[in-house]
Amino acid sequence: MEMPTVTMQVIPMEHGLLLAAILFIMGMVGVLTRRNLVFILMSLEIMLNATGLAFIVASSHWGQVDGQIMFLMILSLAAAEVAVALGRIAAVSKAQNTGYQCTWRDERLGPDSLF
Amino acid sequence: MSVLFYGSAIIAVLATLLVITRTNIVHALLYFIVSLLAIAVIFYTLGAPFAAALEIIVYAGAIMVMFLFVVMMLNLGQVTQDQEKAWLTPSVWIGPSIMAVPLLVAVIYAINLNQEQMAHTVVGGKEIGVALFGPYVLAVELASMLLLAGLVGAYHLARK
Amino acid sequence: MLDLLWLVPVIPFIGFLILTLTFGKLPQLAAGIVGAGSIGLSFVFAFLAGSSFLGAEISSYSQTLWTWMSVGDLEVGFTLYLDGVSLVMMYVITGIGFLIHVYATGYMSGDPSFARFFSYMNLFVSAMLILVLADNLALLFMGWEGVGLCSYLLIGFWYKDPNNGYCARKAFVMTRVGDAFMAIGLFTLFVSTGTLNIQEAMLEAEAQWVVGSGVATAVTLLLLGGAVGKSAQLPLQTWLPDAMAGPTPISALIHAATMVTAGVYLIARTHVLYLLAPEVQYLVGVIGAITLLMAGFTALTQSDIKKVLAFSTVSQIGYMFLALGVGAWSSAIFHLMTHAFFKALLFLTAGSIILAMHHEQDIFKMGGLRKDLRWSHALFLIGTLGLVAFPGFSGFFSKEEILASAMENHDGGYILYLAGLLGAVMTYLYSFRLYFLVFYGKKTHDGHEVMGLHLQGPLVLLAIGAVFAGFIHIPVEGVFPEMEEHHPSVMAQAAMILLPMLGGLLAWWVFVKGKVDTEKLAGQGFGAKLHRFWFTQWGMDWLYDKIIVTPYTWLAEVNKNDFIDSIYNGSARAVRFCHEVMSETQTGQLRWYAISIAYGLLLLVVLGVLL
Repeated sequence: MEMPTVTMQVIPMEHGLLLAAILFIMGMVGVLTRRNLVFILMSLEIMLNATGLAFIVASSHWGQVDGQIMFLMILSLAAAEVAVALGRIAAVSKAQNTGYQCTWRDERLGPDSLF
Repeated sequence: MSVLFYGSAIIAVLATLLVITRTNIVHALLYFIVSLLAIAVIFYTLGAPFAAALEIIVYAGAIMVMFLFVVMMLNLGQVTQDQEKAWLTPSVWIGPSIMAVPLLVAVIYAINLNQEQMAHTVVGGKEIGVALFGPYVLAVELASMLLLAGLVGAYHLARK
Repeated sequence: MLDLLWLVPVIPFIGFLILTLTFGKLPQLAAGIVGAGSIGLSFVFAFLAGSSFLGAEISSYSQTLWTWMSVGDLEVGFTLYLDGVSLVMMYVITGIGFLIHVYATGYMSGDPSFARFFSYMNLFVSAMLILVLADNLALLFMGWEGVGLCSYLLIGFWYKDPNNGYCARKAFVMTRVGDAFMAIGLFTLFVSTGTLNIQEAMLEAEAQWVVGSGVATAVTLLLLGGAVGKSAQLPLQTWLPDAMAGPTPISALIHAATMVTAGVYLIARTHVLYLLAPEVQYLVGVIGAITLLMAGFTALTQSDIKKVLAFSTVSQIGYMFLALGVGAWSSAIFHLMTHAFFKALLFLTAGSIILAMHHEQDIFKMGGLRKDLRWSHALFLIGTLGLVAFPGFSGFFSKEEILASAMENHDGGYILYLAGLLGAVMTYLYSFRLYFLVFYGKKTHDGHEVMGLHLQGPLVLLAIGAVFAGFIHIPVEGVFPEMEEHHPSVMAQAAMILLPMLGGLLAWWVFVKGKVDTEKLAGQGFGAKLHRFWFTQWGMDWLYDKIIVTPYTWLAEVNKNDFIDSIYNGSARAVRFCHEVMSETQTGQLRWYAISIAYGLLLLVVLGVLL
């Protein structure tokens, strides 16, 4: 089914990018603040999503399709990443009985830590 | 249409804010799903319906659900929540805020450097399909390989 | 006969070559014959050439052997120049040198390095002759350096004792300082007058320089620096007492009769330049006056027989400088000649005494040796009377001339004259102190006179010279400007002769009669301090150590870690420091990495926005 080509009402690109920026920064703050790895992962997802939003805004600004393709790539990236990370967390948490956390003064990442 | 945009934007921001401040993981995840839905609406208003659909189906529907599954499987319980509460003291926010605010200001300044109006056109699924099978066919293959790698990796890592 | 002049410096040089090229393997007799014989032969030729010169009644004679350098405006030839002054010097060097060489064959017999000794001595005599016979200042400087080298070689002759090496180095370095000044003086003179030929330079200078001008003062001052170093005057006099570490014959030859008089010769030679710079000429006199007093006081406290004689030498050269300072050029040369006689006599006799006392040099360990060492006693007495200028002896004539000339000089009051007079008193005092301490008093050790023709023979000849040399008239009229005859009043003459004798009486009273307890005087309180002050050469060694040696070694110590090296080491250290700082960032903590990424992002965005 074809969608009719409609000219949307003008929304300034700056506002879209501004939204993306705000979301991105909030995600970053989340990464820096939280200690539980699950929360960190979630904040990462926020950041990725914000980036995708920025791409979509740009693509709609220029009226081209490339931004959406990029968003598609980011999406698959996020999927793969989350899959792997959650698998690891599941395995580690089963062994430790708590959600894996990384603290400020963690011991160094060695070959036998997270990865 | 702009009302829809700005409304969804506000919802997205608020939801994200709540995500990063919750102590209960499941609550945070649910709020994130709300945020994703709002962003999907924004995509729609920007004339990218296919992206909006993808956002809902893949991101909110697959990735976040997977998150929820794993978290519930872990059965983290009250202990984790208390630990989170203990960790999430107000003083924790100071450092990142000091970094975030200037960054926000700088980014806003950068964005506002050129004021342009633009015309939106709706870019539907057909164009995307054409692009994917045309110039971006390699990207599709690579993405599939990435997913394969993720699959194998997740299987292997989760086995232990 | 005059053209045999060139043989005079060459024959000792041939002697040196023979002795060196046989690597010291010649038997002692042969080495002695070559060594002393070459000087004797040189004396014969000097005598022949000299008598022809005097007979020919010419004022000067030049003999060019070859052209040494010819560069641009500079024309320097290997030219020998004979006039009255260099004639006197030549006779002194070859004549007294010959006598000292003969004595040395006896003194040094049995020494394993006998041949080496004479090769150095011959080289020295050759260099000294070149110095006095040089026509131009470059050749003179070559001779100057040559005698400096030989002095070093001979002071450190017994090189196995490191102290001798130290004394030799000290002498060499201090005279080197003077040589540096002299070289600069030569350069300046050449730049100013365009020639290094002494006579020509003096003519040019007379024509061009204004009396008391900057260039005249500079050149004469620099040449004075060189003279002061070589002649062991203030401020470079501390090396001479240490030079007594060498064998006694060289103390006699180099440090009494010849090398140390090179400075006097230089100033006398270039007297025209000094007449053009009257302040510097006065300075010469002042230096002489101060040095003669300082050395006199120091000689009063010494206990080593050779050191007393060394300080006495410094003092007497001070007299020669004093004479130069007041314009009594010929008196200075005259005193140089008479001094050579009696000082060589004193040194060689001291050598005999040392030999007799089995190499004991401390005069407080000697005493009452009148009867044991008859020859040495007589000879030493003659030498002492010459030194103190006892009426009738050679020293009397030369010293009285100097004092008379000093009296005529009114600059700054009669200060130079008074210094000379006081110096004469001191000379009596320390000379007779030495004489009485060695030959009178209680005998503590036995001595056996060492007899031999080659030991006593030269001494007798020197003694004859010490007595009668005062009657020799030196032929220097053509060289120096006319001086008025000085006729001091009878009162003044009597004062000049009798006053210093008080010093002798005082010495007799203290040391023979024992009326003053010198032990007590020098042992405590102010007397002790004074004694120590005078003993250490008025603290000159200590002073030089403080102001030159210590800062220099400090500087070397500071620069031990080569500050240029530290630039390279420092950059390596800086890099390592940065590395250590940077490696602190590799903490391995995940959140730390995340935070640093976030802050980096902030920085980049801000920079991107600003720029």
